[in-house]
Amino acid sequence: MRIIVTICAAAITVAVATTAQAFCGFYVARADTSLFNKASQVVLVRDDNRTVITMANDFEGSVKDFAVVIPVPTKIEREQINVGDRAIVDHLDAYTAPRLVEYFDPDPCMRYENYKMSQDSAFPSSTVTRESATAARSLGVVIEASYTVGEYDILILSAKESGGLIQWLKDNDYRLPQGAEKVVDSYLKQDMRFFVAKVNLAEQSKLGYQYLRPLQIAYESNKFMLPIRLGTLNAKGKQELYVYALTRSGRVETTNYRTVKMPSDTYVPEFVQGEFAEFYRSMFDRQVAAENERAVFLEYAWDMNWCDPCAADPLSQQDLRKLGVFWVGGQSSNDSLSMPAQDVFVTRLHVRYDSEHFPEDLVFQETGDRQNYQGRYIIQRPFNGESSCDISQYQTELRDRQEREAQQLANLTGWNIEDIRKKIPFPQLAEPQNEPWWKRIWG
Amino acid sequence: MKTSSRLDSLLRDPRYYQIVVLGILLAYGITVLDFGIRWQNALIIVTTALTVQFLGTRYSGPGRFDPLSPLITSLSLTLLLRTDLVSIAALAATLAIGSKFLLRYNGKHVFNPANFALVSLMILSDHAWVSSGQWGSAAISAFVLACLGFLVLTRARRAETTIAFIILYATMLFARAIWLDDPFSIPLHQVQNGALLIFAFFMISDPKTTPNTATGRVLYAALVASVAYTIQFIYYQPNGPILALILCAPVVPLIDAVLHGRIYRWEQPDDQPANPIRGVF
Repeated sequence: MRIIVTICAAAITVAVATTAQAFCGFYVARADTSLFNKASQVVLVRDDNRTVITMANDFEGSVKDFAVVIPVPTKIEREQINVGDRAIVDHLDAYTAPRLVEYFDPDPCMRYENYKMSQDSAFPSSTVTRESATAARSLGVVIEASYTVGEYDILILSAKESGGLIQWLKDNDYRLPQGAEKVVDSYLKQDMRFFVAKVNLAEQSKLGYQYLRPLQIAYESNKFMLPIRLGTLNAKGKQELYVYALTRSGRVETTNYRTVKMPSDTYVPEFVQGEFAEFYRSMFDRQVAAENERAVFLEYAWDMNWCDPCAADPLSQQDLRKLGVFWVGGQSSNDSLSMPAQDVFVTRLHVRYDSEHFPEDLVFQETGDRQNYQGRYIIQRPFNGESSCDISQYQTELRDRQEREAQQLANLTGWNIEDIRKKIPFPQLAEPQNEPWWKRIWG
Repeated sequence: MKTSSRLDSLLRDPRYYQIVVLGILLAYGITVLDFGIRWQNALIIVTTALTVQFLGTRYSGPGRFDPLSPLITSLSLTLLLRTDLVSIAALAATLAIGSKFLLRYNGKHVFNPANFALVSLMILSDHAWVSSGQWGSAAISAFVLACLGFLVLTRARRAETTIAFIILYATMLFARAIWLDDPFSIPLHQVQNGALLIFAFFMISDPKTTPNTATGRVLYAALVASVAYTIQFIYYQPNGPILALILCAPVVPLIDAVLHGRIYRWEQPDDQPANPIRGVF
């Protein structure tokens, strides 16, 4: 057991680049630019009914067209909204990403087990005016608050019925996806509020950011959920969503959809290193299909204090606090802030959704499960050095192993087995004629 | 002739069918679905439950040891309870069966055993939870068929509680969708929940902890459905039905006091007069 742990710790990891993303609300445009949600990354910090949500986006298009309408479970005030640091979300993504690890076969001529660790390089991963307020009131829309936070102009809206809110958005040049009215109406009846965030170009150029920083909201609500229904309206096809939950007691799962672990700890052929992103995408596609497109996938569940192997260092207390993990590092000195956090458990969920298969918003619960899980894929490199003895037995075993890996890969990804075999450098067996003729008939 | 009468007696006691259905579900869950149930937990829950039942029957006065009910309790508990600790699983089984012997009123136990254990542990420990969403749609369909089969085979005897609960809870979900102008795919999705079905067919249906009269049982089901809806959709807390059942359980004696009826015995055919219950089932 100790050997395995040591090997894991020493192995170099390569992480799949999965960053891509947007909000869980829907995009609305000021002009007729074609916009759609590609994917979203959401960090959900939750303890009891206190929630801090961070929404990072990978908005494609001109920022002057950017505006987003987001439902929130409660009324919120100025101090509850913050603009976060994109790099921390990227760090969390890297820390929790599915990983490829590699080990090397020892020299088969050596009598003792001498595992050499890999030292390969990492894989490339990857202002509302008074007049408009009056007009709003006449539509039954109350602009409860408006302020500028960082590069965003934020308007918090509540409306008695969706008609007023929809009209107000249209009057203010927001382009709304079809069917938005019904969903907005439903959310309003469930006492949810809305806020609109659009980019304040003057503030953005003053701050000098080239990209949109994530928006953060802190609120208290019994609802541990993520509104995804609006996001399905203007999406072209299915959407990808990553949810990173940071909690105290354990793993987070959905209560109204099946949460399924991705296959893990599988040996894959060597060439997967060069195609790791394609490998992971194909495997994910296949898993989604196997679950009838109705499951949420667990990609990582781990105590934030450590990792093994690490795709990136655990987040520091300081970074976690910036993400809204309010129970760590409150009064501590700067020294302890850079230490890994105690008492934080991270869950990474990945979901591909559309309104047909995910009719309802995602509802979560925190479980007591602290069992560590990670998406980990392993390359076992064959021995390539000079050998001082007859290695034909090793080569036969290696060939069988490579064939097994090829079949596993075909099973996981749905790739053609022949195409896979072509990419594997099977060893030339010294005396192939010794193999019985019938061994290869049925493969 | 002999075979058919034996079959008839088996069918008369719906617990055999329940055990078969729950057993298949559990095997399917552990082997195919991988929905987070460990076989070690299943084993410890079943053995602990049977042991506590045996000891309880022995020390609580006259009565014979009947393994069927603790088996059903164990299987329901195994299917619903998730824990990473074997000790919690053992404690759950002890609490469940123990509550049957200790928390009694008027010759009946107050709480459904599995329900009592689940709620106590969810309150007392961070290591116990219910994974209500862990059933795929294929499993749900198979499960619904099995449950309907149960109703047909047992000729829907004493199934008023289940039927009333499902109809009323589903009605509330659809009414909510109509009020919100949501598509019906939402309430349909909410009904297709494995934990909800286990609850409706194997927990609230327990004739030992429901009122003695049919009217009483329908009233009780309506109460549980309303409380479950309130917990789930007004307070936005998970596990509405399971929490609702334990909250409503103390009302059963009240309903029985108003509407008089016979205490249920598992093997009791409908046309025979009820004998006083011997021991705990």
